[in-house]
Amino acid sequence: VLGRTPDPAMLEELEAALLTADLGVRVVDRLMTHVREHARGADAANSEALQNVLSRTLYDVLAPVQGASLEQLIEKGPKPFVVLMVGVNGVGKTTTIAKIAQRLVQGGRRPLLVAGDTFRAAAIDQLQVWADRVGVDVIRHRHGADPAAVAFDGIVAAKARAADVVLIDTAGRLHTKSNLMEELRKILRVIGQALPGAPHEILLVLDATVGQNALAQARQFKEVVGVTGLVLTKLDGTARGGIVVAIADELKLPVRLIGVGEAVEDLQDFNQEAFIAALFGQPAARS
Amino acid sequence: MLDALSDKFEKILKKLRGQGVLTEHNIGEALKEVRLALLEADVNFKIVKDFIERVRVKAVGQEVLQSLTPGHQVVKVVWDELCDMMGREKAGLALHSQPPTVVMMVGLQGAGKTTTCGKLGRLFKGQGKRVLLVAADPRRPAAGDQLSSLGRDLGIDVHRVDNAQATQADVVRICQAGVERGREQGFDLVVLDTGGRLHIDDALMGELVAVKTAVAPHEVLLVADAMTGQDAVTMATQFDQKVGLTGVILTKVEGDARGGAVLSIRAVTGKPIKFLGVGEKLDALEVFHPDRMASRILGM
Ligand SMILES: Nc1nc2c(ncn2[C@@H]2O[C@H](COP(=O)(O)OP(=O)(O)OP(=O)(O)O)[C@@H](O)[C@H]2O)c(=O)[nH]1
Ligand SMILES: Nc1nc2c(ncn2[C@@H]2O[C@H](COP(=O)(O)OP(=O)(O)OP(=O)(O)O)[C@@H](O)[C@H]2O)c(=O)[nH]1
Ligand SMILES: [K+]
Ligand SMILES: [Mg+2]
Ligand SMILES: [Mg+2]
Repeated sequence: VLGRTPDPAMLEELEAALLTADLGVRVVDRLMTHVREHARGADAANSEALQNVLSRTLYDVLAPVQGASLEQLIEKGPKPFVVLMVGVNGVGKTTTIAKIAQRLVQGGRRPLLVAGDTFRAAAIDQLQVWADRVGVDVIRHRHGADPAAVAFDGIVAAKARAADVVLIDTAGRLHTKSNLMEELRKILRVIGQALPGAPHEILLVLDATVGQNALAQARQFKEVVGVTGLVLTKLDGTARGGIVVAIADELKLPVRLIGVGEAVEDLQDFNQEAFIAALFGQPAARS
Repeated sequence: MLDALSDKFEKILKKLRGQGVLTEHNIGEALKEVRLALLEADVNFKIVKDFIERVRVKAVGQEVLQSLTPGHQVVKVVWDELCDMMGREKAGLALHSQPPTVVMMVGLQGAGKTTTCGKLGRLFKGQGKRVLLVAADPRRPAAGDQLSSLGRDLGIDVHRVDNAQATQADVVRICQAGVERGREQGFDLVVLDTGGRLHIDDALMGELVAVKTAVAPHEVLLVADAMTGQDAVTMATQFDQKVGLTGVILTKVEGDARGGAVLSIRAVTGKPIKFLGVGEKLDALEVFHPDRMASRILGM
């Protein structure tokens, strides 16, 4: 069987799995070329072996995505540790803040939330409801107020109250809107004025349901605000979030957390192996 | 955009000008480019495969005309096929002669349902119609407040039950009461803002079915994000099969997503695309134009 090439039907099946998972046609073509080159001999006749070749390659590509967990960063970081959440509309920023807060509270920490989305209808109320449920405070201004000013007050309050983590919500914005991206830059500047060195972590929230556009989002948010980590939400659905592979490949950003539901406990650390398994259709782990 | 595509094909096909017919062989490269464009636009890969097959069958054997360049000729076949797939029926929403027209919004979490309720409300209010928005999402924190706030800004009535009291069990009752109020108080349009849910969540999908059975809406509109990837097919199929859709509204279209998901959704549901959401503000609603969307999806 030496020199045997893989069965086209088996290759097609693997290719279909990867495309369905939103890895994107360019990444998939590259991966499939790799498999064709590396799966020879006995491996070529066995679809499980082919998948293993692919999984190993994906593992390498995803290496930079498996970084320190948020808790580890907070552990090592200064106090208060300031986290800024950014992302396009409706991806799960506000909900993820609630989930993180819950985890921190359970870990014995004192997070403070900052209602930096002063634009969307009832965004402040939404954060407040979550905060009440989790049992943490929110620094809020009025609807329509300057988000940078809220962020500033949030950090001042955190210092005064000895909160150890500040979680700052921001309004959803498309990465293509330069005025809104500029607004984020201003928020960033003001945070740095309130506390030199802050924010210590800038999390870009990506929705697993989103396809190829997520790469453009990651590029632009990284360029404008210097994103330091990703959160991949809505992995409890049937979307696999495979675009993260292309993002890892190009931007080397770690995925800090994944969202697997709407409830406050539906937050997990990113796990490379589980993620890769899910790309091939094995159901994602639920908490 | 279409010109860019034609130019690209022109380079690939320029040898063909005025000689012979389009063959499997000589249009292969061009079709590869089309495949790439569609996949990068997030059109579902199975739909892309079928699409390329149909284009191939239509193009192969066509004589290369003197009047058209071969590149244009392939683009025309691709283009016509895309527009056919996207649907040529009239978009928008027609109110029924017997008021109120009842519209139910459904979709995944964060797609833009609540905001789009506000946009529809604004559109019809502007046409002199009386609109009632119904807050039927007791699950998402402050979803009712969000709708109320939009209603307040627009001067449109919002039917809601006190936040603290409403539970999931009340959703059907809330919708029934909203539609009843719409009828009694002479509203022209009643829009039900249901909560976001996953298409695989049987309990929550069952709730939509129960609402639909109880109030018999004229329209069940799937609100879907223009950035949606390959999952659009599964999502739309399941919403259509489980609840039954009458149309689709695509949101967040003003960004740079190529929006191929719309082709997938259209292909698997066969339901018309009624509107496009093109911004966060409440006036950012447009009627769907298949030809513009085709250019966007192909944009190279
Ligand atoms: N299924 C599922 N839904 C989620 C997840 N995370 C958030 N959601 C839901 O997604 C919707 C949007 O979440 P938000 O937290 O409001 O998103 P956001 O990014 O703050 O939205 P904007 O502030 O409007 O840009 C809500 O219905 C959430 O319940 C998740 O991991 N899985
Ligand atoms: N850029 C842009 N944002 C939009 C558009 N439509 C809605 N949004 C935003 O998308 C986010 C989610 O919108 P919602 O209306 O809350 O979505 P939803 O489907 O009701 O969300 P759930 O009720 O949580 O399922 C908000 O930030 C909206 O402002 C649009 O056309 N363009
Ligand atoms: K995806
Ligand atoms: Mg938010
Ligand atoms: Mg809503």
